[in-house]
Amino acid sequence: MLQFNTMAIAIAAQAAWRKSIRPTLFQDVVLLPLLGILGVLLLWWFVAAFVSELLPTPLEALLANLDYITHPFYRRGPGDLGIGWLLLASLRRVFLGFLLGSLVAIPVGFLIGMSRKALLAINPLIQIFRPVSPVAWLPIALAIFNLANPSAIFVIFITSLWPTIINTALGVSSVSQDYLDVARVLEMSRWRQITKIILPASLPYIFTGLRISLGIAWLVIVAVEMLTGGIGIGFFVWDEWSRLNLNSVFLAILVIGSTGLVLDYLLGRLQVLVTHRSPSST
Amino acid sequence: MPISLQEAITVKSNLHYATGDRPSRSGSEEFLAIENLTKTYKAGDGSKSTILDGINLTIRENQFVAVIGHSGCGKSTLLKIVAGLEKASSGSVRLQGKEIRKPGADRMMVFQQYSLLPWLTVRENIRLAVDEVLVHLSPAEKKQLVNEHLAMVNLTAAANKYPDELSGGMKQRVGIARAIAIRPILLLMDEPFGALDALTRGKLQRQVLDIWESQRQAVMMVTHDVDEALYMADQIVLMTNGPAARIGEILEVPFAHPRNIQEIRELPQYYELRNHALSFLDRHFSQDD
Repeated sequence: MLQFNTMAIAIAAQAAWRKSIRPTLFQDVVLLPLLGILGVLLLWWFVAAFVSELLPTPLEALLANLDYITHPFYRRGPGDLGIGWLLLASLRRVFLGFLLGSLVAIPVGFLIGMSRKALLAINPLIQIFRPVSPVAWLPIALAIFNLANPSAIFVIFITSLWPTIINTALGVSSVSQDYLDVARVLEMSRWRQITKIILPASLPYIFTGLRISLGIAWLVIVAVEMLTGGIGIGFFVWDEWSRLNLNSVFLAILVIGSTGLVLDYLLGRLQVLVTHRSPSST
Repeated sequence: MPISLQEAITVKSNLHYATGDRPSRSGSEEFLAIENLTKTYKAGDGSKSTILDGINLTIRENQFVAVIGHSGCGKSTLLKIVAGLEKASSGSVRLQGKEIRKPGADRMMVFQQYSLLPWLTVRENIRLAVDEVLVHLSPAEKKQLVNEHLAMVNLTAAANKYPDELSGGMKQRVGIARAIAIRPILLLMDEPFGALDALTRGKLQRQVLDIWESQRQAVMMVTHDVDEALYMADQIVLMTNGPAARIGEILEVPFAHPRNIQEIRELPQYYELRNHALSFLDRHFSQDD
């Protein structure tokens, strides 16, 4: 959904650029989004000025964060790193966990989609584990690994499993009979049917699963880092709260949100590149 | 009834098929032989419904046969059984004396809904079929073969487009090129022009007929269009209505190839055959309800 919105805005912006900014497009692309942002800033300012003693006003927050914004990659001693480094540390955990999770989830999804026996064996596990907040796995991970970093990656691994498994299985089991008929008439072996027909046909579903997984993984990493500590954008949020420095918390929220948006956009671009079909057409 | 029609309608001579006698075995006469074929489906409550009942049909080498009937009469099911995509409940289908049990590239199909793979370009769609079937060819020979067939259906300019970017007529040309490129001995076409607009349909019929007239082979085409059948086929198989559809009549189309649609439309035989086929279909339509 976010992806769709950004695409729409990007397309509209391009069109506006070409057609020398027609009034309606100007309103759609600039005026109305600005109005929304302004409304939130106003609400923030109101709460900061009249309700909470701790909250900074938007202007105070901006001034206090200028150092962070202008120097995202500073190193001023152990543990005192720019917000860019913190972000990279969190991204690294998410990518590792997401990659490992996808490497397991896609084959398992294939198995479930193609074999009724595998479905019957694995489906109950998925149904039980899927509603569990991935953070609940953290104590188990800590017990196994005894280290914060591998445990965080393990939790992201678990997070990335379920949506990808479910969507891959759905994609594999709903490959059009027309394509399978083509494969049968061409006398393809089972293995070639999988690699040449079923895999490419279910790629849009697999990507849907991957995008949901990555989105949730990015949500979960913040919570996991708050618990495990160490270097990362999630612990940064908690640490700054402990110091009652809410200026940085506002900055962190903006950075986390924008990063999530960019991640989803990039995966969407990858999907177009790999499947040769736009995400909306499937 | 004029003599020409008597000659054209060979129901009498084909009647022994319909009565269930085994057709005589005689070489090329029996390129494809369908004998006493029935197809029944079991419903969930255990009751059986018969789709095809006692079908007997032979197709000669190089013969273009059109199977025509109302929708739901099982003509597509018949084609799918010949393709091996569905199994007959009883009876036999033999191609060059060999029983058909599973799908095979020797009976390549042109699908009504094109069935192109949307993640492959036009060229890659044809290449995939060539790669799967003609494994003995070198990559250069395969490339040459794909190019030839792209040119044959006038799609060289669109070779690197994806199916989503093509019109219905272009998609079906890819489907036809894909089918012909792997050199099947029997070409099956399931309402190949059914989803196209009238103008595109006419053009594509001409193209397919041109290709067939230059390299003849056995073709079995399912259609619901009498004009299409008369224009393209040597023999028209009229199916009665389902359930339990049978072959009602077999018409020989006496026009010599290469055919010209304007010329054959001026022949009196054309209208006699057309009226005969249409009244057959009308009769079987009113019987049903």
